[in-house]
Amino acid sequence: MENLIALLIAAPLLGAAVLLVGGRRLDAVGHWIGTLLAAASFVIAVVLFAGLLGRSGDDRTLIQHLFTWVPVESFQADVTFRLDQLSMTFVLLITGVGSLIHLYSVGYMEHDERRRRFFGYLNLFLAAMLLLVLADNYLLLYVGWEGVGLASYLLIGFWQHKPSAATAAKKAFLVNRVGDMGLSIAIMLMFTTFGTFAFGPVFGHVTDASQGKLTAIALMLLLAACGKSAQVPLQSWLGDAMEGPTPVSALIHAATMVTAGVYLVVRSGAIFNAAPDAQLVVTVVGAVTLLFGAIVGCAKDDIKKALAGSTMSQIGYMVLAAGLGPIGYVYAIMHLVTHGFFKAGLFLGAGSVMHGMNDEVDMRKFGGLRKYMPITYWTFGLGYLAIIGFPGLSGFFSKDKIIESAFAKGGTEGWILGAVTLIGAAVTAYYMTRVMLMTFFGEERWKHRATAGESVDGHAAPAEHAAHAEPHPHESPKTMTIPMIVLAFGSVFAGALFTWGSSFLHWLEPVTGHQEGDSPLSTWTITSATFVLMLIGVGAAYAQYGRRPVPAVAPRGSLVTRAARRDLLQDDFNHVVLVRGGEHLTRSLVYVDHTLVDGVVNGTAASVGGLSGRLRRLQNGYARSYAVSMFGGAALLVAATLLMRAV
Amino acid sequence: MNPVNYLYLAALLFTIGATGVLIRRNAIVVFMCIELMLNACNLAFVTFSRMHGNLDGQVIAFFTMVVAAAEVVVGLAIIVSLFRSRHSASVDDASLMKL
Amino acid sequence: MSFPLLTATAVLPAVGAVATAAVPAARRTAAKWLALLVSLATLALAIVVLVRFDPGGARYQLTESHAWISDFGVRYELGVDGIGVALVALTALLIPFIVLAGWHDADPLETGSRRWRPTQGFFALILAVEAMVIISFEATDVFLFYIFFEAMLIPMYFLIGGFGDRAHQQGEEAASTQRSYAAVKFLLYNLVGGLIMLAAVIGLYVVAGSFSLQDIVAARANGSLHMATSTERWLFLGFFFAFAVKAPLWPLHTWLPNAMGESTAPVAVLITAVVDKVGTFAMLRYCLQLFPEASKWATPVILVLALVSIVYGALLAVGQRDIKRLVAYASISHFGFIIMGIFAMTSQGQSGATLYMVNHGISTAALMLVAGFLISRRGSRLISDYGGVQKVAPVLAGTFLIGGLATLSLPGLAPFVSEFLVLVGTFTSHPVIGIIATFGIVLAALYTLVLYQRTMTGPVKPEVSAMPDLRVREVAVVAPLIVLLIFLGVYPKPIADIVNPAVKQTLSDVHKSDPKPDVEAVK
Repeated sequence: MENLIALLIAAPLLGAAVLLVGGRRLDAVGHWIGTLLAAASFVIAVVLFAGLLGRSGDDRTLIQHLFTWVPVESFQADVTFRLDQLSMTFVLLITGVGSLIHLYSVGYMEHDERRRRFFGYLNLFLAAMLLLVLADNYLLLYVGWEGVGLASYLLIGFWQHKPSAATAAKKAFLVNRVGDMGLSIAIMLMFTTFGTFAFGPVFGHVTDASQGKLTAIALMLLLAACGKSAQVPLQSWLGDAMEGPTPVSALIHAATMVTAGVYLVVRSGAIFNAAPDAQLVVTVVGAVTLLFGAIVGCAKDDIKKALAGSTMSQIGYMVLAAGLGPIGYVYAIMHLVTHGFFKAGLFLGAGSVMHGMNDEVDMRKFGGLRKYMPITYWTFGLGYLAIIGFPGLSGFFSKDKIIESAFAKGGTEGWILGAVTLIGAAVTAYYMTRVMLMTFFGEERWKHRATAGESVDGHAAPAEHAAHAEPHPHESPKTMTIPMIVLAFGSVFAGALFTWGSSFLHWLEPVTGHQEGDSPLSTWTITSATFVLMLIGVGAAYAQYGRRPVPAVAPRGSLVTRAARRDLLQDDFNHVVLVRGGEHLTRSLVYVDHTLVDGVVNGTAASVGGLSGRLRRLQNGYARSYAVSMFGGAALLVAATLLMRAV
Repeated sequence: MNPVNYLYLAALLFTIGATGVLIRRNAIVVFMCIELMLNACNLAFVTFSRMHGNLDGQVIAFFTMVVAAAEVVVGLAIIVSLFRSRHSASVDDASLMKL
Repeated sequence: MSFPLLTATAVLPAVGAVATAAVPAARRTAAKWLALLVSLATLALAIVVLVRFDPGGARYQLTESHAWISDFGVRYELGVDGIGVALVALTALLIPFIVLAGWHDADPLETGSRRWRPTQGFFALILAVEAMVIISFEATDVFLFYIFFEAMLIPMYFLIGGFGDRAHQQGEEAASTQRSYAAVKFLLYNLVGGLIMLAAVIGLYVVAGSFSLQDIVAARANGSLHMATSTERWLFLGFFFAFAVKAPLWPLHTWLPNAMGESTAPVAVLITAVVDKVGTFAMLRYCLQLFPEASKWATPVILVLALVSIVYGALLAVGQRDIKRLVAYASISHFGFIIMGIFAMTSQGQSGATLYMVNHGISTAALMLVAGFLISRRGSRLISDYGGVQKVAPVLAGTFLIGGLATLSLPGLAPFVSEFLVLVGTFTSHPVIGIIATFGIVLAALYTLVLYQRTMTGPVKPEVSAMPDLRVREVAVVAPLIVLLIFLGVYPKPIADIVNPAVKQTLSDVHKSDPKPDVEAVK
């Protein structure tokens, strides 16, 4: 059965190779090849899953060794795959949601002349992501880690003719590289500490290593996780990444790739458990991002950017949970999976709305769409209820567990983290209700539009070049609605299924370990507090956007709103400090290289030239004067020889 | 006769030749002075050969003669073509060697 | 006596060079085909060498030894270790691509131009460089090495000075001036380095009484040859200076951007991917083996200079407006990594550095040759003259991106393996330097992606809108390089297995061993 693991990766990789090398001949069938190979990978995953279920809980780790990759003395990197409960969970999520989104893209990208290429990139992403979660050592994980970064780069910048898309893609890659640097340093530290970077031996020797080294490794891993999972301070790329086609946002920037950071922390649980200081930092990062993303999500008028803020915030929940140690690992992953369902569903819904609205993204130009797009409305609505944690739906179970665990951390920290998660729940309810109301309810603001304006973020709205005519909202084709319906099912039932008899807990526990925390508050107190706060959030949004008409042009807003629209000024900071500063630095270095480094050499050359210019005057061209110098020289030599003899 | 006298003669001939090369402007005369210097050297070689009872000096004298003959051919050809193009055999007129 | 295989690898291109030069001017195409065939035959010979080389066998294999200038103890001694064999293979591999990529670079200019370009000469010079580079990788006699280390400057000088890009904004006159400047600068820098090395070579002979690398190393190892500390250091510096110019190491690097910028893309690849490797190779072979103590003495300074090269080269690459100069500064950054790996004095560092030499050769060739195709289409080297090429020439853009990704060491492509090994190797012995060098990977991403964004994406510029995509010949150049990049990124083991034993030997010459991990130290 182990031999099937490589096939999981091979199928989409083959698809990527065929589609990208195949050229225009495959334009007609390329999208189906891509979808079929993604589905094939999912089928293999299901077969493996069934196989794992047939084994006992402690015997569910499959190892497949393919070949030795980089052997240099004690540095031995192998291409070895590890399939255990944790990676199995991810494999199912990646291939399952991935296949659905492939199907959705068949319809969504129908009119794009480069659709074959798009599917090639999507397949490449699947292969890299599967490699990331299946790797048995950190170096191989790193390959997948940067591989998904590459796929993300290619897909964000898919519409390369737009300078904003190309810039966003570059930014995403660069910010991720900063995180990758953390992962490299972590691997190097592991190599010097443990002499290896394979999961088994590293986790087995954690107790032998010094506390300082472990904390350093854990913090570097956290840096990597921050880059990939868009956590503060490396979160700035995610909002811009929405320049990519919407299926990409759903698959990569909501359901799978951005959660890789959580995977990394949970996978490295053994290291984090031994480094409490680092764990504290993890929870702080999670808590800050949770609030940051939520605040940004409240202010954005671009539907995708609002959802991106929400993604950041939800991943903040997961990171926070992962930082809690064995109390939280299982719940972090559980929320990750349910989030994968409802957030992918929400993004696909947003894509469906855009599809019917001439690619408009500004929610102020939506409104009242529920009549025109019933399926989108219902699936989006279920996703909405799931994310705000409406009782009985997925988000309710997974988020409540995280809030409980946060309180269970104990002490002042526990209270602070718990409070943050509770506030986050209220804000989540607020911004999601806002999105829902602005899009599907209220006045039909897209009618009788005079001219296409600019969206608030300063980017030219894509509608401008699409059509100036009034949009005719319509429901999307079946290839798009079916994935949305399936994901809506997941958003509704996944949470209940996972909590039923603690099935998810028992499934993951052998890998991540679990420990029940004792919360200072009872479960019921927390659940009801969450529910009440959620209602407050929904109510506030309703008061603001449901009862009053939404202005078609964004009001100026308070100072906080304006800052939140600009991602809380973080981009401005980056621009002033890093971009401008970097430009000045490189420009002055170019100058230094030219004048100073090269100048020293040129100066030497010039002085030699000046000296020889003087010496040149001796060469007057008269044969007789050359003869004199020759005789003079000969005479000198003779004299010198005689002198030496005499001495 | 003391062979050293031949050496004095060679030195004298060499000095006359060298002075001629340095002070005369006519290329033909300069050329003849060079020949004089070569022959002075030949004389010295042969003298040394005699003094040391070693034939190497005489062999080298023959070498020099052959080389001198070749050099005369080339040198005269240069001077003739120089005279043709410039209507002068003065060495100072041919100062193109300077930059 | 067995067939002198190593001599053959060098003699074949040398004879080919003479034959190519002798082809009459009217039969230009025949000269090109001849050069291509000779370079392919050399590649075949190099593959035979690679196959015959036994990684587990003696240190130097396929050796040849003949008396040459017996009065000075100079012998014609050839032999390859794992490092040498890998680089011989790299050289032989790249030359056919360089020839093929430069197919039209030396064609006579349009009628009315005063400049004369000997087509056959271009290809003959490339083959001559190949012969000299190969023999300097194979020589085990210091004097023999020195002769070819210097002699390769002559054909390179003519290649840089004589053949430039076809079209140039500033007009032919200005381009010609800049080209001469670049060629003279290249020559002077390398000659100065070479002369200092010559003094050190003579000094070594005075001290050791031999030019034979193996004899001197053996004599030093068994104690029969003692070198005073200061003597060793001076000799080391003499050798190192020449290699640092060639490599090039900051602050001796300024000739490279000029030389690479002014010459045609294939010649630029010849400079950075082939000729410069002799410098780093020689550090590993001559500096470390002949002067182990002095090498260790100089390590801290050299590591810092290499670190400066990495960061400085990358930052300057970001600031460039000229595509070729950008690649040149990127190469300076990469040479910093190679030198850092060598002087990290760990097996990962040095194996990584050797792999880096091979991988950098392939990746720079891929990037630079595609850049050359791009430049030849538009007639401009300025980044700002391009934009939106992806839309009109997707294959060109795609291959350019892959070349760029290799340059930024994307995992899965060959340069990643070597760069990571160098970083790990440095980190184990010098943690702080290793960490700072890691910043280089962010900067590499910056200059590569900025280059790609500005040239390939965005709205299509009117001047590039009619740009043709890659032709068959051009695809034939790039595709094999890309396949190699992927193959060596996924399965570098064959090369690593060849290189590792040689590195182990070198490390034992320097009396260094890898630091033990903490966990083992505890036990």
